[in-house]
Amino acid sequence: MEHECTCSTKFADVDDLRPLEEIIERYGSEKGALIPLLQEAQDAYGYLDEKIMREIAKRAGYQFSQVFGVATFFAQFRLKPIGEYLIKVCHGTACHVAGATQITDEVANQLGIKEGETTPDNKFTLESVMCLGACALAPIMVVGDDTHGKLKPTSIKKVLKHYAGPSGSQASEGDDAE
Amino acid sequence: MSGNGNGHAYKVVLGYGTCGIAAGATAVKEALEQEVESGGYDVDLDIAGCMGLCFKEPVVEIFDRDGCSVVYGDITAKKVPQLLEEHVGKGQVIEDWVVKKSEDPNACDGDFLANQLRVVLRNCGKINPESIEEYIEIGGYEAARKALTSMTPEEVIDEVSTSGIRGRGGAGFPTGTKWGFARKSPGDEKYLICNADEGDPGAFMDRSVLEGDPHTVLEGMILAGFAIGARQGYIYCRAEYPLALKRLDIAIEECHQKGFLGENIFGSDWSFDVKVKKGAGAFVCGEETAMMASIEGQRGMPKPRPPFPANSGLWGKPTNINNVETFAAIPWIIAEGGEKYADIGTEKSKGTKVFCLAGKVRRTGLAEVPMGYTLRQVIFDVGGGIAGGREFKAVQMGGPSGGCLPAEKLDTQVDYDQITAAGAIIGSGGMIVADNRTCMVDLARYFLSFTQDESCGKCTPCRIGTKRMLEILERICEGKGEPEDIEKLQILAGDIKDASLCALGGTAPNPVLTTLRYFKDEYEDHILNHKCAAGSCPALITLYIDAETCTGCAACVKVCPTDAITGEKKEPHVIDAEACIRCKMCLSRCPSESIIAE
Amino acid sequence: MEQIKVEIDGLACEAPKGSTILDIARANGIDIPTLCYDPRLSPYGACRLCLVEVEGARALLPACCAKADDGMVIQTTNEKLERIRKTLVELLVSDHPMECQGCSKSGRCELQRLADKYGITESSFTGEVHEYDLHRENPFVMRDYNKCIMCGRCIRICREVQGVGVYDFVNRGFKAVPGTPYDRPMQETPCEFCGQCISTCPTGAIKARPYEDFGRVAALDMLRNACAYFKMPEEDMMKALGLESWVTRTTCAYCGCGCQLDIHVIDNKIVEITSPVMVGSGQGNLCVKGRFGYDFVSSSERLTRPLIKKKGKFEEAEWDEALSLVAKKLGDTKKKSGPDSIGVLSSARATNEDNYLIQKFARAVIGTNNVDHCARL
Repeated sequence: MEHECTCSTKFADVDDLRPLEEIIERYGSEKGALIPLLQEAQDAYGYLDEKIMREIAKRAGYQFSQVFGVATFFAQFRLKPIGEYLIKVCHGTACHVAGATQITDEVANQLGIKEGETTPDNKFTLESVMCLGACALAPIMVVGDDTHGKLKPTSIKKVLKHYAGPSGSQASEGDDAE
Repeated sequence: MSGNGNGHAYKVVLGYGTCGIAAGATAVKEALEQEVESGGYDVDLDIAGCMGLCFKEPVVEIFDRDGCSVVYGDITAKKVPQLLEEHVGKGQVIEDWVVKKSEDPNACDGDFLANQLRVVLRNCGKINPESIEEYIEIGGYEAARKALTSMTPEEVIDEVSTSGIRGRGGAGFPTGTKWGFARKSPGDEKYLICNADEGDPGAFMDRSVLEGDPHTVLEGMILAGFAIGARQGYIYCRAEYPLALKRLDIAIEECHQKGFLGENIFGSDWSFDVKVKKGAGAFVCGEETAMMASIEGQRGMPKPRPPFPANSGLWGKPTNINNVETFAAIPWIIAEGGEKYADIGTEKSKGTKVFCLAGKVRRTGLAEVPMGYTLRQVIFDVGGGIAGGREFKAVQMGGPSGGCLPAEKLDTQVDYDQITAAGAIIGSGGMIVADNRTCMVDLARYFLSFTQDESCGKCTPCRIGTKRMLEILERICEGKGEPEDIEKLQILAGDIKDASLCALGGTAPNPVLTTLRYFKDEYEDHILNHKCAAGSCPALITLYIDAETCTGCAACVKVCPTDAITGEKKEPHVIDAEACIRCKMCLSRCPSESIIAE
Repeated sequence: MEQIKVEIDGLACEAPKGSTILDIARANGIDIPTLCYDPRLSPYGACRLCLVEVEGARALLPACCAKADDGMVIQTTNEKLERIRKTLVELLVSDHPMECQGCSKSGRCELQRLADKYGITESSFTGEVHEYDLHRENPFVMRDYNKCIMCGRCIRICREVQGVGVYDFVNRGFKAVPGTPYDRPMQETPCEFCGQCISTCPTGAIKARPYEDFGRVAALDMLRNACAYFKMPEEDMMKALGLESWVTRTTCAYCGCGCQLDIHVIDNKIVEITSPVMVGSGQGNLCVKGRFGYDFVSSSERLTRPLIKKKGKFEEAEWDEALSLVAKKLGDTKKKSGPDSIGVLSSARATNEDNYLIQKFARAVIGTNNVDHCARL
């Protein structure tokens, strides 16, 4: 359950605390479980809403400031909702040398958003991430659950087109590395 | 695994690690399944982790009844029917696609593997990582069984000390000594942590091991737990490695079922369990004290040492932390004996080291070589030299904490002390090869922007010092550098190294210091002449088209965002320097490499 | 307790086992500069100013955290250490508005003192500086994160001493700041406005707000600035100006804890209350009452003469008249209904001496044991 990325599926509504209760229940007695709590809450809700973090603080016995401090320390946590597909462009060394900057620029250009932003139709959110460890296929990017390697600025349009259809339609998995 | 054992005519193994999947292995897998089914081939289909042949992914290895194998590279779903028909159906090898044949290791790109010595990666790509049975079949968990039933913890530590293995996470501290400290540290409750927070950009050996052979790591941890007296182990793994996390979960579950983890392992009176902790995206958590803070549920900010984790670590208890690669070597050491391991390598650096070859090298992937190989051997013999026939310029070793070594250092032996003396570090084993199109100032700037971004912000020198260094480098790359900037960088670098709280800050200036040491002329060229000889820094270059070679295909015209390129079809094109924003989109698009950046 | 012997800057020192290098150095009159250190808090080791060289150690050690071992040979100052300290102060200054003249922390600012020591008026390292909004959303605490040096003392005092946890670091790296979640005003946090964060902040990032609009703090600042400029202790300045009652050390009268107060006075009005660190039972810690509850002293509503209720209305009276009336009424009651018909209630706000007298009065003069006090305020 834990590792199933739910980026492209529907997230729970922040007013519905049942998924959170279930998560807190599971970690109830474990010491130092704040980070897994936040990770699973983010998996369930797509991001960490203030309400969710306050609830975690209250129920799991943390100060709210502490929860917020942890949530803003780690790059993985998002305080704002994301689009249906999270695009992560790798900026590891190999990707940097292979032109990751141009990839990010081109994605931003195609979607008309800046890094860290979400398209108005809530379809895509663009992020830069550190090394994803698939350096041999540099430059790479991950869209939802799919990894796309050996990208060129010119191949971005085609990749994005896969996902641009009506909500929920799954694109075929990354065979763009030609 | 060698030999296909279960009665089928052939065993077909698909490399199914992250890089394989990213290169399209899922489609190949589906095609294989479909084709085997519909074609009625007598084939045992299996998956394996990364073989390290990343440059040829997706990779398929086909074993015959005798255990001989052929490795095919660059397989796509479209090639699958032909592959099965020719090789499995007619018994004919498709020579054009071959990467390596087991009876002919020198075929094609086979010297990538032939020049390696695989201890840590011994099973990667050979066994199904999701099957404990395959691991046991090749002798897995025998080392742990032997230790727990017939050795004392001290004997295990002695064996590890004899092997001379040094921590593969970067610092290179002797593992046996480290275990000895943790063993001797008083306390009933001790912890063991496996550092799988592989954050160095350009390093992916830990991921490959976890994806390809997770049981080796678990076995190494069982041995370490037994040796130091820890009953609880943690694997702190990056969340960016979903496949590794999944395979670890499967492996731990399998171990519980077999009784290799939990109470009274192997019928001994020793109990040990392992939990996976998922990192949350902070490079600094690779630092021991920050990692422990993060496991305790705090912001991953390092704490001053002493006290060392061996005395006061996780929740104030004695704790031992080793890296994935270290743990992966331990079962081999216990099974084969420390002396055998010590026979490999140089006087002070024993055994093998896995390097991740990436960048402008012809064959990218995992290279496990004996310590003492020269850089030239690793890059040219294993890696096949520079891609695209260009000139070797430098190799960046050890990620953001490491340094760049120039061509004249290519004969340096890969050994902790020699690499350090040359100005780089072995670190986690990242090797990014740069050619003459890579700007060394930009590379230093890149690494510093990485560490700056990943600084936790706790101590002054790292928080503000690296920021100021980065700003100076950015100015230089933009052609706004001042002559005194080089001295400023040197002063800051020295003080940041001495004054930082943890290794992240303490090593952050290294990429700047080594590039200043070996490529000072490039800095000066940027500052004094406003030139970037590598044609890399956008503010300092102009792009033009070589009229001699331009075919007038107009590929560049299509990608230019500012319509700066004009020309008749089939006639040489021209770039309008005024309109050009130097995004270099055209550069990567040109089929005849006629666009020149200077 | 086991004693250890160490050598600091050539001086042989002895100290209890477990002492930090900083403890021993300061106990022996050797000053090591610090910014993130506060004796009330757990050591943190972040500012790196207290780095010292220990013979045989692989790296420089932060004196505030490193425990001294027997036989250690320590250098607290040499060319390299001083160069590092200067660089560190320059780096801090490079992201700190050096507008000391307009800052009420001037003269007491620990960064200013170090900048003076190393002769830094502006940093040779320039670059991006933070531009945070000023937080003046409540009447007690004012926050100006542009002056923050990330020592984390506010976070630690709030968590470790107060057990409240209003702040934590938000974000990381250069963007990190010790803030409240979502940058909310402090009244929307569990803050009790004890002002402990003010007491520990080494710079002007967190300051007390009361009276800042009255012009008195400005006067005080002016004097402090003058002291800083002339490098003159504040006491000497006050003496030179003939202002003796500048700071009065007293015991807080709000409860029985006995916290020590330094009452800062200008023109016979209290302008600020602080507490001397590691002195008295409070060790320099105060609560909201001790730190901010002083405006009653010069309140216009304060009673200065006795009032006697005549025909249902209070009228001002002379002390003799009032005391006679009280004595007469008490006497009458005692005669009519016995001494135990009278009870005496005193105030915890009064001094021990006053409270002693009032119980003496109840027992010896009236003859009752009905004595109590309000216990808390």
